[in-house]
Amino acid sequence: METKYYFDYNATTPTDPRVVEEMNKFFIENFHNPSSFYRKAGEANFAVQKARERLAELINAGSSEIIFTSGGTESDNLAVQGTAYKLKEKGNHIITSRIEHPAVLKTCKHLEKNGFQVTYLPVDRYGFVDPEDLKKNITDATILVSIMHANNETGTLQPIKELVKIAHHKGIYFHTDAVQSTGKIPVDVRDLDVDLLSFSSHKIYGPKGMGVLYKKKTIKITPLLFGGGHEKGLRAGTENVHGIVGMGKAAEIARLEMAEEKKKLRPLRDRLQKEILEKIPEVIINGDTGKRLFNTLNLSVKYIEGEAMLAMLDQQGFALSSGSACSSGSLDPSHVLLAIGLKHEEAHGSLRISLGKYNSREDVEKLIEVLPAVVERLRNVSPFWQNK
Amino acid sequence: MMYTKKVMEHFQNSQNYGKIEDADGIGKVGNSRCGDVMWIYIKVKDGKIADAKYETFGCVAAIATSSMAIDMIKGKPVDQALSITNKAVAEALDGLPPEKMHCSVLAEEGIKSAIEDYQQKNK
Ligand SMILES: Cc1ncc(COP(=O)(O)O)c(C=O)c1O
Ligand code: FES
Repeated sequence: METKYYFDYNATTPTDPRVVEEMNKFFIENFHNPSSFYRKAGEANFAVQKARERLAELINAGSSEIIFTSGGTESDNLAVQGTAYKLKEKGNHIITSRIEHPAVLKTCKHLEKNGFQVTYLPVDRYGFVDPEDLKKNITDATILVSIMHANNETGTLQPIKELVKIAHHKGIYFHTDAVQSTGKIPVDVRDLDVDLLSFSSHKIYGPKGMGVLYKKKTIKITPLLFGGGHEKGLRAGTENVHGIVGMGKAAEIARLEMAEEKKKLRPLRDRLQKEILEKIPEVIINGDTGKRLFNTLNLSVKYIEGEAMLAMLDQQGFALSSGSACSSGSLDPSHVLLAIGLKHEEAHGSLRISLGKYNSREDVEKLIEVLPAVVERLRNVSPFWQNK
Repeated sequence: MMYTKKVMEHFQNSQNYGKIEDADGIGKVGNSRCGDVMWIYIKVKDGKIADAKYETFGCVAAIATSSMAIDMIKGKPVDQALSITNKAVAEALDGLPPEKMHCSVLAEEGIKSAIEDYQQKNK
């Protein structure tokens, strides 16, 4: 059966048709290089600037503080490496958390091989970093704190404002990976007072391969890509005009419609949670149920394995994801779920349900109907369930 | 992840799972790499595998190979069953994705361990 019920919006989203429509013009009709001289180039440049403003407005930034990148991954890399290289004379210590996206974690691992020291803060069982812990780990050499806003697996929201205050008290830059929160909930860079913030287009119904790094005007970083001096020399390369236009439109739609989405999706997510807990025994909810993205539900079904669940559900037209080792290809279960203290078997049986704007009440009812049978079948096959 | 039709059939429709209460041999093996577990039960009669069942905690490939391995040893003389290889099980399923070959090792080990258990008890 085809995928009829898509519950994996934290992985990626379909492009909004209104976004596609706005992009179309920039493939053939107005394909011109925004840096060129003629009028058509000026039109392309104008479209890029308009998108920049729309993106700035989404996060309450100035348009000169928006750097276009190829996605969340590049934004994270540019923020972390760009700060590290810029400030390496000042210090070589970076603080991050154990639940970051690999775009931050692996960047930090790479920096560790190049003379930097990195502290990976633990989280509690709900997935929160303890601000006291941040305070304690700051040294004279600390130059950057990078802690994500919303976690992609559990949806847990960090107390960014409080963490920023602690870093700034010591004059340390703060970067947040807001790939999962931006476009879903209000993200205000002035209010949060972060210095650097990453977000991504394909999580907000924009085209893939586009992202933004917000960089506070007063902050200096070293570029990763050198070339034609685009993005004020911070990210060289002829602008991906259609991508930028599409991401800009997606940002505008998100800004105008996010409140409505939340109103629709939160009750659906809550209903899923309630019904699953009622219908399936021995399920645990992962992450915090209060400070959590309204679209995300992460749970562990004990005694069975996630990839098997995903495959059964896929056969019936459902698209979800899991933090199980077997579904990862790497044979390690989700580092996020291990960091919140789940046992290997529990992380193994995890399921992430992430909703988005094209989900309907019917989708949710269908999942509530199908999931218990899938779980029962796999538990019947499981030695842990049968012999517990 | 792309699995063959046969893998999906065995994964979804296998009837070979469950317990054999008065099993003659039980093999309990685990995959230390990803934490998956397979239990194989066998019943032996006149030197042949009269019945066999599995219980598996693991991925699609682990469940499908359990099921296929059981099909392959049922009715076979014990020493033939003992020589079953993970490759043969994977081939019978029209192949496994390379990163899932290790799951089939569990099936081979599970069968061997169940037969060894039987042989220990009947020495
Ligand atoms: C929290 C987080 N950070 C970074 C990324 C990477 O973003 P992109 O896919 O745009 O490179 C993702 C997306 O998977 C994410 O969820
Ligand atoms: S048994 Fe874990 S990946 Fe197959």
